[in-house]
Amino acid sequence: MRSIAIMKRVLKELLRDKRTLALMFVAPVIILLLMSFIFNSNSSTNVDVATVDLPTSLNSNIGSTKHVDVHKYSTKKSAKKALKDEKVDAIIQKKGNNYDLTYANTDSTKTAAVKQVFSASLTKTNVSTMKNQLVTTTTALAKLTGQTAPSASSNVSTPKIHNHYVYGDKDTGFFDKILPVLMGFFVFFFVFLISGMALLKERTSGTLDRLLATPVKRSEIVYGYMLSYGILAIVQTIIIVLTTVWLLGIEVKGNIISVIFINLILSLVALAFGILLSTFAKSEFQMMQFIPIVVIPQVFFSGIIPLDSMAHWVSDISYIIPIKYSGDAVSAIIMQGTGILSLWPDILVLLGILLVLTFLNVVGLKRYRKV
Amino acid sequence: MQTSIINLQHLVKKFGKQTVLKDVNMNVLSGEIVGLIGPSGAGKSTVIKTTLGMEVVDGGSATVFGETMPNRNLLANIGYMAQTDALYDALSGRENLAFYGQMKGLSPSELKREIKHVAQVVDLTKDLDKRVSGYSGGMMRRLSLSIALLGNPRLLILDEPTVGIDPALRRQIWAELGKIHNEGRSILITTHVMDEAELCDRVALLLDGQVMAFNQPDVLKMQYNVDSIEDVFLKAEGVQ
Ligand SMILES: Nc1ncnc2c1ncn2[C@@H]1O[C@H](COP(=O)(O)OP(=O)(O)O)[C@@H](O)[C@H]1O
Ligand SMILES: [Mg+2]
Repeated sequence: MRSIAIMKRVLKELLRDKRTLALMFVAPVIILLLMSFIFNSNSSTNVDVATVDLPTSLNSNIGSTKHVDVHKYSTKKSAKKALKDEKVDAIIQKKGNNYDLTYANTDSTKTAAVKQVFSASLTKTNVSTMKNQLVTTTTALAKLTGQTAPSASSNVSTPKIHNHYVYGDKDTGFFDKILPVLMGFFVFFFVFLISGMALLKERTSGTLDRLLATPVKRSEIVYGYMLSYGILAIVQTIIIVLTTVWLLGIEVKGNIISVIFINLILSLVALAFGILLSTFAKSEFQMMQFIPIVVIPQVFFSGIIPLDSMAHWVSDISYIIPIKYSGDAVSAIIMQGTGILSLWPDILVLLGILLVLTFLNVVGLKRYRKV
Repeated sequence: MQTSIINLQHLVKKFGKQTVLKDVNMNVLSGEIVGLIGPSGAGKSTVIKTTLGMEVVDGGSATVFGETMPNRNLLANIGYMAQTDALYDALSGRENLAFYGQMKGLSPSELKREIKHVAQVVDLTKDLDKRVSGYSGGMMRRLSLSIALLGNPRLLILDEPTVGIDPALRRQIWAELGKIHNEGRSILITTHVMDEAELCDRVALLLDGQVMAFNQPDVLKMQYNVDSIEDVFLKAEGVQ
């Protein structure tokens, strides 16, 4: 019951602190909006496509699309060199009946644009080929009445398209990867900082001592904080999800409740971190000094930067980074529509971290009261 | 013989290498006001924190109501006023009282009655719904005292309750402490204001980590052959 009273008090204090509220709820929306401007302006950039052995009609169809320039190369080798020199963004090569597409993929919007343009042009070309054949067939039919017409479709069997990526894979996308991590980052950063500051203030103002001079249990204090910041994280996640869905038009394939659930656990981890570190800080300034140590590495190891390129011992650090797990889980939910139950490994790790930190906090409060 | 509400025996407390309390012996009897005086930094707050069980002793023992501290459940019977005001300034006076009352384990009906009562005692009834951030220093001090009074605790432990407040208010607070005294409840109060010491039943002089003298104010004055507690204090300091 005391936990509920502590939760209510913490929430009341937060609701009356307009600046902190704005920081938690408005800042993420503004940052996401800014990013969406960058994201959207990208989609109108020109793409350069290298083509090798393409039929003339397909070539001109691709070239006639807005914002697309076609460069013809006679060999794959010269095209690849152009790709490497960043003269072109993708190579389209015809191999027999099939097509080989190679993307630089450093900018996922360009990759998406090439894919879309290619398939549209291919359809267009096929339709006109079919038209021609139809005309031929009809003329032939008129000449040789009574004979069976050759099947038109056998000539235009659907070509296979093979995609290759120089950097990353088909899932590499700026927003694809960054959004789940960013979501987690907002939750983690604000909850970490604000809860850490709040507990620090309780200590310096003497309210913590006074609180501990009542029969309250140490665990009740920790749980009270968890409840209040959990609620805050839920509201924040809802706002961020709604922003991404409505303003940025990003489709959330899976269940939004699952996204909220993952971020809720993450916020509790952040809270536990904040409380733990606030015991080591003497002032708010010292609390700020923990940001480069605790928060920044979270971004680096969260999966925004591909970890396979790092030395093993460096990439192993990512196993203890909470945002990595939440980011993996949330991106699976958003991109692939994965159900919450199949994400149990990520959830289990997060809960494990949470359990350890919570325990440390309950014990850590012993510094201020021995029972 | 009266029962000891607080009994401190051979308390030793160290912070790192610094030994703050060397050998503190004192007790508070039932229905008694005991003043703990000493210069700032003498360790008065430390004595109080070990009594409450917030600090663990390095030697000796602290018992309250006959039980060895630390003991969490006993805290429900102790009204503690810290040296700092320790208030949530985003909350109103009433919300502060309600919160600490809930922490003490008061039921909702008790809470309502108690808040009304203690607010009257410290004369804050009409300011109860203002935010603490808008309170004056004196109002904060009174609110802090009223929190200690919540739930009619049998023992009050007050750490410098009258520091930084005007004489009228100080007199008011002492009048209140007098009432509590008359009800037979016990009070341990620290102060470095010497004339307040005259108002206590017994005074303990804390100097150099030890209780140098512990007796009724009049007896102390006689022992040291001076006519104020302030002089007792100066003399005791000079002796060592
Ligand atoms: N938590 C602590 N850690 C280290 N030193 C402390 C701590 N609390 C008090 N002290 C030291 O103990 C001494 C006595 O402090 P305190 O009990 O607050 O004195 P008083 O209340 O009489 O002014 C001071 O020198 C202070 O620096
Ligand atoms: Mg003190």
